[in-house]
Amino acid sequence: MKAVIGRFCVECAARVVLLVDRDGQTIAFHGDIGDMDTTSFSSLAAGNVAATNSMAKLIGEDVFPSVVHEGERESIFISVIGRSLLIVVFDERSTLGLVKIRAKKASHEVAAILDEAVSESAAFSRSPNSVFAEITDEDIDSLFS
Amino acid sequence: MTFINYASREINCKIVYYGPGLCGKTTNLQHIYDSTAQEAKGKLISLATETDRTLFFDFMPLELGTVRGFKTRFHLYTVPGQVYYDASRKLILKGVDGVVFVADSQEERMDANIESLYNLEENLQTQGYDLMKLPYVLQLNKRDLPNVIPMEDLALELQKKGEPVYEAVAMNGTGVFDTLKAVAKQVLTELRKS
Repeated sequence: MKAVIGRFCVECAARVVLLVDRDGQTIAFHGDIGDMDTTSFSSLAAGNVAATNSMAKLIGEDVFPSVVHEGERESIFISVIGRSLLIVVFDERSTLGLVKIRAKKASHEVAAILDEAVSESAAFSRSPNSVFAEITDEDIDSLFS
Repeated sequence: MTFINYASREINCKIVYYGPGLCGKTTNLQHIYDSTAQEAKGKLISLATETDRTLFFDFMPLELGTVRGFKTRFHLYTVPGQVYYDASRKLILKGVDGVVFVADSQEERMDANIESLYNLEENLQTQGYDLMKLPYVLQLNKRDLPNVIPMEDLALELQKKGEPVYEAVAMNGTGVFDTLKAVAKQVLTELRKS
């Protein structure tokens, strides 16, 4: 996934590309993060898309598949891919048109990898040797000591 | 749903503080933020009105440490308490792993507590959750005020399923971490079971 996100970031000349779960959890990111707080950014992006989709329903649209915020220097493009959000932060080195075209192309690849990851994750959690089944009360208590 | 990133070996859980307007949800988060070491927390984001009432949500990520090689991070959210922000409350409950209901102990806020608790059950249902099966803690806040209802009476009215009940004064931090610890423990225990 990191390789796909990395390639996509270069192809659309983005500053940062993030893949975020619709509940606001960061799955992967690539680019010039600097001191950007990716956790907060992901959470706000998810809230933003959730609010936008609720607004869509109020006007009779099923969903807004993408959301754009254009700033003076930096802009944000968010594309909804199933349960995930592909977020592109870009500046004057790129254009919205280029980002949109590249995002459309990348979304199929990202969706396929995510589907695979979901199946693998489900298989892992069903495994009797799942690491989480071994968590003891002491492990949990130790987090709060 | 707890989000597990196997690649970065992280467990991310979402805890939502729910309750009527001005019950102290944001104050709970503010206290946790102020009392936590810099390296264990991210930014506290508050989407608030000009008068500091929560408009959409407050959010802070909190890292508790490592369990079986997995970094555990709790994402703490509050909802806007005012009745007319119901659409926002529904959205924030998406993907929730545990809920803290912050009740206002003052006599005159009893109806607001009941209404908000009913609203929580209803909104959870809309998102496909059942309060009876979800990690859940009841916090009775503002215990330092003169006009509070006795703890037993409040618990009798608001307790839903034998969940842990904590008395709190979020303004000075009393009961805030006990509440968080109780809900976090339930979430991790649930993860073990699943």
